[in-house]
Amino acid sequence: MAVAHTGVQAGETPRERPNQPEVKHHGPWLGIYTALVMAYLFLPVVVIILFGFNDPVGRFNFVFNRFTLDNYRTLFENEELTTSLQNSLSVAAISTLVAVTFGTLIALALTRYRFRGRSSLNLFLFVPMATPEIVLGVSLLALFVTVNVGRGFVTILIAHIMFSISYVVVTVKARTSGLDTNLEDAAQDLGATPLTSFWTVTFPLIFPGILAAGLLVFILSLDDYVVTVFNAGGTAMFPLWIYGASRIGVPPEVNIMGTLIFAIGAVYVIIVLLRERGLLGDLQKYASRRI
Amino acid sequence: MRDARRRRVAYLLILPGVLFLTVFFLVPMLTMLSTSFQDGTFEQGFTFTGRWQNYTDSFAAYDTQIYRSLLYGLIVTVITLAISFPMAYWIAFRGGRRKNLYLLLLLLPFFTPFIIRTLAWKQILADNGILLGTLKDWGVMPDDFQLLATPVAVLGGLIYNFLPFMALPLYVALERLDHSLLDAASDLYSNRRQAFFKVTLPLALPGVFAGSLLTFIPAVGDFINAELLGSVNTTMIGNVIQREFQTNLDFPSGSALSFLLMAGILVGVFLYARALGTEELTG
Repeated sequence: MAVAHTGVQAGETPRERPNQPEVKHHGPWLGIYTALVMAYLFLPVVVIILFGFNDPVGRFNFVFNRFTLDNYRTLFENEELTTSLQNSLSVAAISTLVAVTFGTLIALALTRYRFRGRSSLNLFLFVPMATPEIVLGVSLLALFVTVNVGRGFVTILIAHIMFSISYVVVTVKARTSGLDTNLEDAAQDLGATPLTSFWTVTFPLIFPGILAAGLLVFILSLDDYVVTVFNAGGTAMFPLWIYGASRIGVPPEVNIMGTLIFAIGAVYVIIVLLRERGLLGDLQKYASRRI
Repeated sequence: MRDARRRRVAYLLILPGVLFLTVFFLVPMLTMLSTSFQDGTFEQGFTFTGRWQNYTDSFAAYDTQIYRSLLYGLIVTVITLAISFPMAYWIAFRGGRRKNLYLLLLLLPFFTPFIIRTLAWKQILADNGILLGTLKDWGVMPDDFQLLATPVAVLGGLIYNFLPFMALPLYVALERLDHSLLDAASDLYSNRRQAFFKVTLPLALPGVFAGSLLTFIPAVGDFINAELLGSVNTTMIGNVIQREFQTNLDFPSGSALSFLLMAGILVGVFLYARALGTEELTG
């Protein structure tokens, strides 16, 4: 997912190269191949959606028995599911806010100031991303046990902020590094204080990067099982609930949650594509004309 | 004067984040390094005795799992590369105006949570599930054929889950490629095969390198796929570390194994960088 989002971000600014002719010497085979790989990538999604409508025989939802909507109707009657989802959403929201703040400040410092230790800082930020998740999780656990801190909501929060900061820095940096510092200087020449010029000029310019970073680490946090499981104590968290449920059997609720999260992702993708083609603006214009 | 002030501002900006990462990333790593040389039990507490046998003992006990993890990581990296390269090539070279649409389509399945995706493969590969059940009903496959709890299922799960980490860097490298270089190659009488191997592939190598690292590292350290799709014969080093910390409460062995895992990854990455002959790529 990490890379996933920088990709989306890169996608927002399509580079047009009118001078480059498309390479036209290939047959259709590569296109057919790509379609097949896409089908393979979507196969689990189809299964997730399909089995959410199944009325399973026994505990394991492996054989399609009968179409039903009951699973959807009773979804939020499952208390463990709703509690864990609430906890996960709270952790994701708070850790995103903190990590985005810390990370954006670092990204600004790295791209707009020269200072001693810049390259060591880059390395220091790279190492957590190159460390296997399980090592991040158990090392924090080793620390908490050593200093005798009980695991719970706060330790999960700490863990999630920790693994999110580097991703924020990388994503925001992609935006700040292309920034024209003359704009801010111009604002100050026109009498703006440094703080005003930051909020009125710089911040709006880097905001898309901050938004992308926030979205990325929010999803990373919501999705994280490995780091969370070592630092959760008894706190019910969404990925832990899914995992626990799968030990006893795979209930259709798991599929429904997968379906809903996929649907949110699909809506997001559609919005990005519409915006990119300027269709959203057209729609708004159309709507305002009707009113 | 102004420079000194600016530098102070920079240090002030990085302070909160760096402080946080120092306390909750660097210090834990050092704690774990110390733990890996400790002796004792969870109940009575661990004390530092410089016990390096934690390393030799746990390596001797779990060398199979360590080698298996590195092997799985290698297989997963090679197969994801083979699957995604032609696709990334097609999107970058033939995607035209729809490039971003294809790219987002490729990423869309990975919005679903990691564990749910892996469980979906469990549903697909189950002994009487939609795939094997159907094939068995048709009589194409013997009734006792199974994929779950075999290395094929674990590798399949790993390949699926980490494919975007390979596909994206490949796409980025190929998309950046200056097409006029290919025109130049063809002007100079190279055929398509030569142009591919002498121009496209060398210029895509940074993408191959980045994609390999982003796939290999999480794949080697993963334990979810082996846990949900595998059996005792597919246990990876991640499963062992998890068990040491959560079930056996043997923190020193778990810590030693974590550092052995990191060492294995470092050696693998170093050899790979040497083999590609692209040292400047790592910098």
